[in-house]
Amino acid sequence: MLDVLGLPTVDELFAPIPDPLLHAGLDLPPGLSESETRAYVEALAALDRPSGPFSFLGAGHYQHDVPAAVRGLVARGEFSTAYTPYQAEVSQGTLQHIFEFQTTICELTGMESANASLYDGPSAVAEAVFMAARLTGRHGCLLSAGIHPQTRRVVHTYASGPGITIADGPLDPGSATTILPSPEQGIAAVVVQQPNFYGVIEDLEPLAHSAHAVGAILVVAVDPLVLGVIEAPGAMGADIVVGDAQAFGNPMSFGGPSVGFLACRTEHVRQIPGRIVGQTVDSLGSRSYTLTLQTREQHIRRARATSNICSNQALSALAATIHLALLGPSGLRRLGEVCLQRAHHLQRELCALPGVRLLVDGPFFYEFALSLPLSAADFARRMRQRDVDPGVPLSRVPDFVGALLPAAGNIDPQSVLLVAATESNTPEALERYVIEARGVLEEARTALAETA
Amino acid sequence: MNRSLLEPLIFEQSRPEHAGMDVPRAGVPEVPVRTLLPGVRTRTDPPRLPEVSESRVVRHYTRLSQLNYSVDSQFYPLGSCTMKYNPRLNEELAALPGFAQLHPLQDEADTQGVLRLMSELERALLEITGMDRMTLQPAAGAQGELTGVLMIKAFHRDHSGEGRDTVIVPDSAHGTNLASAAMAGYEVIELPSSPKGLIDLGTLRANLSERVAALMLTNPNTLGLFEEDILEISRAVHEAGALCYYDGANLNAILGKARPGDMGMDVVHLNLHKTFSTPHGGGGPGAGPVAVRALLEPYLPVPLVGRSPTDGSYRLEYDRPLTVGRLKGAHGNIGVLVRAFAYLLRMGGDGLSRVSEDAVLNANYLRSRLRARYHLPFDRPCMHEFVLSAASPSRKGVTALDVAKRLLDFGIHAPTVYFPLIVPEAMMIEPTETEDLATLDAFVAAMEQIDDEARKDPEMLRGAPYTTPVRRVDEAGAARHPTLRWSATG
Repeated sequence: MLDVLGLPTVDELFAPIPDPLLHAGLDLPPGLSESETRAYVEALAALDRPSGPFSFLGAGHYQHDVPAAVRGLVARGEFSTAYTPYQAEVSQGTLQHIFEFQTTICELTGMESANASLYDGPSAVAEAVFMAARLTGRHGCLLSAGIHPQTRRVVHTYASGPGITIADGPLDPGSATTILPSPEQGIAAVVVQQPNFYGVIEDLEPLAHSAHAVGAILVVAVDPLVLGVIEAPGAMGADIVVGDAQAFGNPMSFGGPSVGFLACRTEHVRQIPGRIVGQTVDSLGSRSYTLTLQTREQHIRRARATSNICSNQALSALAATIHLALLGPSGLRRLGEVCLQRAHHLQRELCALPGVRLLVDGPFFYEFALSLPLSAADFARRMRQRDVDPGVPLSRVPDFVGALLPAAGNIDPQSVLLVAATESNTPEALERYVIEARGVLEEARTALAETA
Repeated sequence: MNRSLLEPLIFEQSRPEHAGMDVPRAGVPEVPVRTLLPGVRTRTDPPRLPEVSESRVVRHYTRLSQLNYSVDSQFYPLGSCTMKYNPRLNEELAALPGFAQLHPLQDEADTQGVLRLMSELERALLEITGMDRMTLQPAAGAQGELTGVLMIKAFHRDHSGEGRDTVIVPDSAHGTNLASAAMAGYEVIELPSSPKGLIDLGTLRANLSERVAALMLTNPNTLGLFEEDILEISRAVHEAGALCYYDGANLNAILGKARPGDMGMDVVHLNLHKTFSTPHGGGGPGAGPVAVRALLEPYLPVPLVGRSPTDGSYRLEYDRPLTVGRLKGAHGNIGVLVRAFAYLLRMGGDGLSRVSEDAVLNANYLRSRLRARYHLPFDRPCMHEFVLSAASPSRKGVTALDVAKRLLDFGIHAPTVYFPLIVPEAMMIEPTETEDLATLDAFVAAMEQIDDEARKDPEMLRGAPYTTPVRRVDEAGAARHPTLRWSATG
């Protein structure tokens, strides 16, 4: 090849790099063989303690069983090593599964149009706030205090760019649902999470009414897992519905990749951020699919695009689409019910233990906030010694702000534990949790008595 | 591949009462939902998800996969996106329970392995880029750009640069650069390229002022040309009080050869799904880590991976008062980071330099072979990619799109077309280092045959492709009458 180029050595090819910049090799170890690489990385993985039936962590990421069919199909190189489907004629597989994802998201959320995915749930909320600002021409936003603190942080970070102002909407001290006494005139969006950070199910209809009364958009960040059981946000007045579909087909993977989504009504479709697939025909009239409405996007509209997003989470969206196809409508409802029943059973058993109570009394789905008679971090540490990871202590949630607690001032945030139960937490694991919790609480009482 | 494989939507294969999986029994005493959720509106109109068996689901998505081109089955000479081979090993490693089944809020004592992996990955990428500190959080290049520009904005806020409201980008820049700057609240000035296809120092200086916050550039640029004046460029930008942003989309050309840090860059984002071999996934997920020089380190998003000074254990550090915040819910696309880390281990320092040598050699080979047939608007040695123009009087109005679509008939994915915007009928070609001579020669032969066809029968090209699962798709029609979802009523 060098002969074709008439060059003596490959070094000549780097002649355009100015001499002072030429770098003499990297200070990195020499390459490893495949088996050496495997051994090295496996040794790192072995230092971690993977989740399992005895792990009850939630707070935005949830453990669910991933069907073997999902794993097998998503691993197909024809999907995983394909490029972005700009060349529609050789990307019908990707385009069609995205079209199916969009349909699935619309069906779940009760909305009319959805995009091809966004990075994750929190960034989807930020994109929805930007979209609401474009739709209304306004620059303020009211975030419920029931929004996940990390989502709140992401929205603040994104909003710092164009200078969108964010205010916090308080929670009812008793039920921990969002109260909107009188949203300000001139705000672009009211944003709530369903179920909210404390696991409580929000009543969306009054929120939609108060948002619409001041000309604002209601953005709902929903956990799609609950949507086989409770009413779709679209049927309760939501204007933009976003969320993360990690629960379906995607392992937690330490927080990513997951699957952000955004759905809205058709009238707002030209303000959607990110890729969208549409149905069309080929030159012979066969039904086919293609990326569409691309004049919204950065590669065409550049500085005036609806978002800068280019790569999204296509393969993770495929996993979610396949898992939901396997479940079907009754499977989705049943999966939600199993999570609901197990979580409520666990909560009843735990709240029968001395000093343990629910933090708030609003209706919850498969995650709940407990107030414990000792520090939640201490409780978690002692439980982990007994091989149960009992939940997320509020104090471990990054970006958590105590002032946003419902009934702030009456509660010690240190005592609060968020507990989630899903179909991955077997009945035996629930039973074990309760037994070990009883032991830990006794242990703590004894320790306290000794100090006294 | 043939048309008979076209596949109905999964929704159209739905049959009442069919299901593809079972859900475990609750196994606890069940209480009526109404009792558990007092006052909550339950769903009466279930979502119309498909009702299909597992075998039908497997068959459906297997068939869909067969309608795709992919790196596993085809050559992608696709400029700016570095579609290289994705090693199988990396897929297995990302799926290890020690990574895949970790919750992001687990106690750090239980996640030392993944945290150490992140820390070692950061160290390797810092050596490659010549920078001081890095966030692994951004999910893709564009999110990395936004992160970087927000850090630049915060830096100027703290260093009396409140009046800096403008970002400069060359007219050859990726669209994301402009969109990211705009999203961060900046005005954007596009800098016309010089006749050599590079940034013109004089033009740059004329546009620098106390209103400019940053210059965003790609080097080698999107024409595949190394910015020869890069040191003078970064000096001029810094003298004007602005910062330099480096778009790492084209890093594949310079691994172990030159480092953005040495070029005077202040912020660098990388695309792990390009240079570092993680699969593209049909459009994602990717990962877009962002590296900075020390002066921007305080502004990096939280958390960073650090080590305890007492016992050396790895930990996530949140206490960073000047941070811009966070861009993503958890810690990044970890599954992608694991793959990139495994790739770096396998390559090692020596292998990475070889990657760039072979990538640049392959690109120059193709450039040299194709220049007899196609116009090269910037006809000199390139780095890892080059841009040709399909415009030619002898090809009788055949467009870059026609050539691209015809290539599909040869089992080759189309190059990036109509980008960069400054070349008419642009075709951007990047072979990568993972293609052998036989593949490159087959591509040249296809391009030569297409050139012959264009001269003899341009009409035929306008109808291409002919052998793909569907024929040329009506994109304009799709946009005029958007159908964005399936519905039962059609």
